[in-house]
Amino acid sequence: MSHQLIKINNVHKNFGHLQVLKGVSFNVDKNDVVCLIGASGSGKSTMLRCINLLEVADSGEIIVDNEDILKIKDINHYRQKVGMVFQQFNLFNNMTVLKNCMIAQEKVLKISKEKAKEKALYFLNKVGMLDFAYANASTLSGGQKQRVAIARALCMDPEILLFDEPTSALDPEMVGEVLDVMKNLAKEGLTMVIVTHEMSFAKEVSNKVVFMADGIIEEQGTPDQIFNHPQKEKTKAFLARVIR
Amino acid sequence: MEFLTNCLNIVLRYYPSFILGIKTTLLIAFTGTIIGLILGLLVGGIKAIKLDKTAGTFSIIIKKVYDIIATIYIEVFRGTPMMVQAVFLYYALRPIFHWTYVVAAIFVISVNTGAYMAEIVRSGIQSIDIGQTEAARSLGMSNFQTMINIILPQAIKNAFPAIGNEFIVNIKDSSVLMIISITELMFEAKSIAGSTYKFTETYFVTACIYLFLTSITSFILHLIENKMNHSRTTIPQSSTNADALKIAKEKNYEPPVD
Repeated sequence: MSHQLIKINNVHKNFGHLQVLKGVSFNVDKNDVVCLIGASGSGKSTMLRCINLLEVADSGEIIVDNEDILKIKDINHYRQKVGMVFQQFNLFNNMTVLKNCMIAQEKVLKISKEKAKEKALYFLNKVGMLDFAYANASTLSGGQKQRVAIARALCMDPEILLFDEPTSALDPEMVGEVLDVMKNLAKEGLTMVIVTHEMSFAKEVSNKVVFMADGIIEEQGTPDQIFNHPQKEKTKAFLARVIR
Repeated sequence: MEFLTNCLNIVLRYYPSFILGIKTTLLIAFTGTIIGLILGLLVGGIKAIKLDKTAGTFSIIIKKVYDIIATIYIEVFRGTPMMVQAVFLYYALRPIFHWTYVVAAIFVISVNTGAYMAEIVRSGIQSIDIGQTEAARSLGMSNFQTMINIILPQAIKNAFPAIGNEFIVNIKDSSVLMIISITELMFEAKSIAGSTYKFTETYFVTACIYLFLTSITSFILHLIENKMNHSRTTIPQSSTNADALKIAKEKNYEPPVD
């Protein structure tokens, strides 16, 4: 039996009167790659943001590493374990690529400059951005920014990496370079939870697909079950719309 | 023609007084702007911090009280004339501080500028995309670390024109501080006019000096601004550090990804 890293149990979240999550439950095992799919507004991004406490769930349990994160006091310490990659990259625009990858190591992990630099260069190399280490973050292309953002998150040695539509803001020709990096990470066994509209990527890389609609999980299973043998009408309708 | 001759004569005869006045004006305006900026960073920076959604009741109360005090400070000092602030604070606080005119003047102009700076800093902070904060927080940085390392450097850069503008305003508006007998430029002008009875000429010269000071300042601020913008838009060469890859590989750093 594999180790359950994230256990989400009956999570609710409202924004004012709008119910965004209406009782969501799913698990993520260690080394899993879980893809959250569904139409816009179905609550997938909110669910993801609840996992690293950018949003705080109103009720339910989110257990990460046997600890209910809705009850923890030291959020900053918890967040080191859970990396996040954003749709809009959110690189620190006033810094070089290298500094982007170093600053949190220095300030949060209190690692020395030399060690932080070494580690940053290692991960920049891994995402194929070593040549741009001394470039200004604001001058990169979208795909390059996103690869740096992934390296920046990896520098914190996260146990889990969350991706919030990492390729949605990219020009089509840049989607591939980012997905390739993510595929490599999956191969190395990094635990990832990915909100994505890239169905072929979800099919190929993930070992679990969660389909959300209107704030609940409509269906979940292996990529084969969801993409080839969907049971629910909503799932079939969604897939028919997005896969052509 | 006679007017200009008179002006020239005043300059030639009284230039030591004018220079003394200019020195005091620049001293007050500059230190006032710097201290005001520091005040503004403190007041505006903390005011702009949004507490975590998980923050405890105690921190929420502290933050609320702080916000109220900060708002009162800003509103009072922006809503009353600096001349009134100067007279009032000078006499009200003299028994406590036993201060000289110059110290009192710098104090007044600093707290006055601080109120404006707080709003400049706050709007500068709000102009920074929320994604920057989210990214920093998701890396485990605290609210405070995020503000100091990520948000403020960008906010100050964006707000630089407005901050520089405060300096120019202070060069001019420090003239009202002559009310507490500071020997700044306006005070010198008044005494020169009093002893020559050439009011129009004296104040014309004074106006020219103020215009000269503000124009020079404006020019210098533009230079700095251009330099800052330039560094932002330079196109980077793919800046390969030949050693970088070598070091990364040689040290054979193994990440704890398992």
